[in-house]
Amino acid sequence: MEMSFQAVMSQVMLGLNNGVFYAMLSLGLSVIFGLLNIVNFVHGALYMLGAYVALLGYTMLGPLLGMPDYHMNYWVALIAAPLVVGALGIGVERTMLRRLQKVDHLYGLLLTFGLALIIQGVFTNYFNVSGDAYDGKPEVLNGVVNLGFMMFPKYRLWVIGISLFVCFGTWFVVERTKLGSYLRAGTENPDMVKAFGINVPLMVSLTYGYGAALAAFAGVLAAPIYSVSPVMGSEMIITVFAVVVIGGMGSIMGSIITGLLLGMVEGFTKVVYAPASSTVIFLIMVVVLLVKPAGLFGKEA
Amino acid sequence: MNRFVWIALFILGLLVPLVVYPVFMMKLLCFALFAFAFDLLLGYTGLLSFGHAAFFGSASYVTGHLVKNSGLTPELGVLAGTLFAGVLGYVVGSLAIRRQGIYFAMVTLALAQIVYFVALKAPFTGGEDGLQGIPRGVLFGLIDLNRVYSVGGHPLALNLYYFVFAVFCLGFWIIHRTIHSPFGQVLKAIRENEPRAISLGYKVDRFKLMAFVISAAMAGMAGATKSLVFQLASLTDVSWHTSGEVVLMTLLGGVGTVFGPLVGAFTVVTLQSELSSVGSWITVIIGSIFMVCVLVFRRGMVGELARLLKRPL
Repeated sequence: MEMSFQAVMSQVMLGLNNGVFYAMLSLGLSVIFGLLNIVNFVHGALYMLGAYVALLGYTMLGPLLGMPDYHMNYWVALIAAPLVVGALGIGVERTMLRRLQKVDHLYGLLLTFGLALIIQGVFTNYFNVSGDAYDGKPEVLNGVVNLGFMMFPKYRLWVIGISLFVCFGTWFVVERTKLGSYLRAGTENPDMVKAFGINVPLMVSLTYGYGAALAAFAGVLAAPIYSVSPVMGSEMIITVFAVVVIGGMGSIMGSIITGLLLGMVEGFTKVVYAPASSTVIFLIMVVVLLVKPAGLFGKEA
Repeated sequence: MNRFVWIALFILGLLVPLVVYPVFMMKLLCFALFAFAFDLLLGYTGLLSFGHAAFFGSASYVTGHLVKNSGLTPELGVLAGTLFAGVLGYVVGSLAIRRQGIYFAMVTLALAQIVYFVALKAPFTGGEDGLQGIPRGVLFGLIDLNRVYSVGGHPLALNLYYFVFAVFCLGFWIIHRTIHSPFGQVLKAIRENEPRAISLGYKVDRFKLMAFVISAAMAGMAGATKSLVFQLASLTDVSWHTSGEVVLMTLLGGVGTVFGPLVGAFTVVTLQSELSSVGSWITVIIGSIFMVCVLVFRRGMVGELARLLKRPL
């Protein structure tokens, strides 16, 4: 097989594009897991919801409000979707997840699994499983950029840039600020943090809300690239679980790096041996389990 | 459990196809066996596998393929499917037990996804269509499983039903014996307090792996039998939805109870056949039951009843 540098690089760049989604979603899972000890199965569904907020805001919101010419702007969706989904997440945390704090962590996984089924089921009823295209991509982001070694779509470059910014921003807040130190302390010993007068329940709600908002943000970014479908989340979440097993949920930077790397490896596999590209992440998980069972950045015993 | 209860249940199992539609009963028995196999892990070893469809589904493909294309008799087909699931269980189990708790669930889910991709892409699985028209064949070369008897004017596939019932009884017996053996006691010790079991000198990983293999093989036996009943092995059988369904059946019936998985399977299978007209709303209903179970009903139906009656059921 002829393997030109260009072919490899372009697939790796496209892979990086998937990688930033893995990074953002596994980051959210890690932050939620750290404070709530819950594996948020509904994360994929929240990502899907984010994409649908953008899609429906563009196609249906106007007619619904009696303004048939109104299409929700992409930039508005980028703010609105995380707010809506984040608020939904806070609602879920307050009404349901909170009641599971004292029982086995597996119940959190099961509850969020049920919730994911509900959300996916409802959307499957009203929307096309094979997906709808989102047409709200802003003019500015149309076209391609010359990266020197290849022509790269401007929109994908924007996605990579803004995602990296959000990921490292989150890392900075959690690891380098006072707010983040409360969060990390809450992960280690919530009772002690409470005793210092910090409103831990509020912090837990906001953390879950932030994780949910992050998933929705990723969903909006994904809308113009992938087709928006009710199953986009469930396909994503299983891969992200494998990413999380590989990286370990103990470290934020670990989640980001693992997500980015695996995206690129997946892209690279597309050039080398395309049929393996859908399973390569799972196969890497197998290797990591054999060689370093706790995960690359894992602290778990 | 009283000996008379078992005998009464056995006779009930023999007579029930005269009253209830046999295909429904066979589906129930297959899924109940699947749920019992799953509960051996969750209820008695404390391991939540989120990938059990891999064993159920792959056995269903293996049996279907061998019976359809290699002309194996049904009992050998089911045996082959069961063995395959057991071997796959050994591979998946040895990887998954390297992680614990929540990670165990994620690892099994991800590994099951590999099996799903194989089922989607492999040359002999029929891709999106699955394996259709799997022949039921002639048991031991003597008994035609397609034979239909006319009872009171109704055509009933009794040969097939009694074959499925026999497989179910065998599987249930194996699982029941496993749970109530010294081996099963060690599994419960691991569930209750793993570090303690280790300090008592038990090689915990070997026990876990053994339990995983038995559970996978029995799940495979259920899937293999199912492929003969419906003459179909499809992607649904290996998908994460099916893995979730068996979790729900067990949870709804009662984790770690004797009859819970059967009651749970009965409830879910009934719901599915009664509500087949609502299409994908069924996913919403299943999801809602899941949430209600987790929030208010963690002991499950049989578990709650057992608590009221103050005796194990």
